[in-house]
Amino acid sequence: MESMLHITTLHYLVLGAALFLLGVIGVLTRRNVVIVLMSIELILNAVNLNLVAFSRMWGGLHGQIFAIFVITDAAAEAAVGLGILIAFFRNKETVNIDEVNLLKW
Amino acid sequence: MAPVATPFFFYLFAAIMVIGGIMVITRKNPVHSALALIVTLLAQASVYLMLYAPFVAGVQIILYAGGIMVLFLFVIMLVSIDRSIRERQFNSQWVVGLIAATALGGLFIAVYTKGTNIFPEHALSIVESDNTQQVATMLYGQYMFPFEIASLLLLVAIIGAVVMAKKRI
Amino acid sequence: MGQVVQYIRSYLSSDQTPGAAGNMFWALVYIMLVFGGLSVAVIAMNWLERKILAHMQVRLGPMRVGPHGLLQPIADAIKLLLKEDIMPAEADGVVFWMAPFIVVLAAFTVFVVVPFGPTHAITDMNIGILFMLGVSSLSVLGIVMAGWASNSHYPLIGALRSSAQMVSYEVAMGLAVVSAILMTSLNAEGTGTLSMIGIVQAQQAQGEWFIFKFFPLGLIAFFIFAVAMVAETNRAPFDLAEAESELTAGFHTEYSGFRWSLFFLAEYSAMIAVSSIAVTLWLGGWLRPFPNLLNSSTWDLVFSLFPGVTFLLFAAMCFYNAVRMPKHPLFRIQTIGLAGFGVVLGLIGLVLFLPAVSMRVQDIFWFAAKVAGFMYLYIWYRGTFPRYRFDQLMQMGWKVLLPMGLGVLILTAGVALLQQRIWHP
Repeated sequence: MESMLHITTLHYLVLGAALFLLGVIGVLTRRNVVIVLMSIELILNAVNLNLVAFSRMWGGLHGQIFAIFVITDAAAEAAVGLGILIAFFRNKETVNIDEVNLLKW
Repeated sequence: MAPVATPFFFYLFAAIMVIGGIMVITRKNPVHSALALIVTLLAQASVYLMLYAPFVAGVQIILYAGGIMVLFLFVIMLVSIDRSIRERQFNSQWVVGLIAATALGGLFIAVYTKGTNIFPEHALSIVESDNTQQVATMLYGQYMFPFEIASLLLLVAIIGAVVMAKKRI
Repeated sequence: MGQVVQYIRSYLSSDQTPGAAGNMFWALVYIMLVFGGLSVAVIAMNWLERKILAHMQVRLGPMRVGPHGLLQPIADAIKLLLKEDIMPAEADGVVFWMAPFIVVLAAFTVFVVVPFGPTHAITDMNIGILFMLGVSSLSVLGIVMAGWASNSHYPLIGALRSSAQMVSYEVAMGLAVVSAILMTSLNAEGTGTLSMIGIVQAQQAQGEWFIFKFFPLGLIAFFIFAVAMVAETNRAPFDLAEAESELTAGFHTEYSGFRWSLFFLAEYSAMIAVSSIAVTLWLGGWLRPFPNLLNSSTWDLVFSLFPGVTFLLFAAMCFYNAVRMPKHPLFRIQTIGLAGFGVVLGLIGLVLFLPAVSMRVQDIFWFAAKVAGFMYLYIWYRGTFPRYRFDQLMQMGWKVLLPMGLGVLILTAGVALLQQRIWHP
């Protein structure tokens, strides 16, 4: 009980791991591209949480800086991913990821 | 101001985040998933505040919840989702995927139970009041080059997104 | 009991905001005050907008309910609360239900950091302005949700327009804000700040409102923000999201009664919120005009009379109009009511003359007066500008405001660097 009430870095890491797992499950099992992309966002967020937790643990700010870079990257990834999604939807009228099975249209 | 009732708020936000995450990967309708993800992101911003990272929390709200998620919702409305809602939601390899994820979870559990001493409890006291200034100094000092690369990445992403989404360029 | 009193009194001697001092009681009191003031402001805006628009179009506006339609907002509120609350059968229930609350929450939460005075804010955050921009950008989510959940064409188009518009103008807005924040770093200490109170204090320390700083750079940044904030709040001439001639009512077409009034409330409080950002960043927040030119104690005294004088002027207006009311016996109640309202305003004005009160209130008064100026501008825009077309709107945002914002940011940084390195090494 004592260890439950004293929030340590490990608590944040476990929370991050849970989110990461949820994201991985989403990416591996869902068919809808939009939800797959959102699961990737979940994964990136789990990583961010770990980075910020480590940053708190070591008292430096490098983890926070890295988290900001990850957020930048997530923005770029979302923009390109959704662009691909729109192009894909225009060509095949579907958003299911297992119908992306042609190397060339 | 000293933090108040940290365990309570930690478990509250952790519960919101995990429930939100589960909703993200289980909802049929992508709009509901997106809303659950927004809730998760906002709860995570609160967790950042508990970790003395107010600037990251602000960036999280303004960029993730206010920017990226609006983009997601926008695209969901552009593509018609009616058909995919009525179809099968999980792909054919979902069993394999679930097994792989379980294995990964087992790995996490193993690492976090066996390796408690890898993560010593430092919890150094960080001064919250000048967090933003420190982040700025590092971002424009030590991390100047990565920062410029990140801006280049964004430029490439903008061009890529326009090329992908526009019918005729 | 003594401890409680001690806890309550302990804040009174501090020179911090209740949130920063960690005093829950006073934080709650301030939240109540801000919420109450905001509600009164929204009610007043409701009446003022109709009246001013009407007079701009040579009409009378509301005249029936109460003298000069003063009770019209209350009548409207009662009507909206009593109206049937309709939810379309094909709507997505949960999302439809949540959308107005998210919009209202986003619009009200930002007031946590609005500085009405050096200590008159609920709390002072290290990331104040970032928090304000972030939370106010969440209202677009509510609008998108409302439009999508209605499951109808007009709301969906309205929501799409609104989200595209708000995301585009947020960029220009952010650039303008950054150039103002850059100016805060020109203090003697050389560290900038994102805290709302810190920004106003920086203007105080530099003896210059940021709108006049590095003329015309501050002015251009302010202009960009002033345009972007109208687009951000979906108001005329950028109200394409609810263009009534094209989309009936845009994203809130399917809403009625109480839920609709929540959208209304959120729209007006969002207007007040972005105006207070503009006031804080460029117009010196709670600082009175000419703090460094007319800085003798005589001028301090003169400026401290302003709040009381304003209320007395309002009271005089009420009395003047009460005298001009038709003398018919049926109008007697209205005349007495108007005169009574004037008496109340006059008494408030007299109370504001007390030195103890006026010292505490004048910061709030100057802040509110500047915000009120912006509110008038909003009404003025609505009365005079034709609505933009969507492609014109996007062109304006991406091809005019964004390059201007970038240019201003670079020039501000350059001039600031020159000032630090060459003029004052």
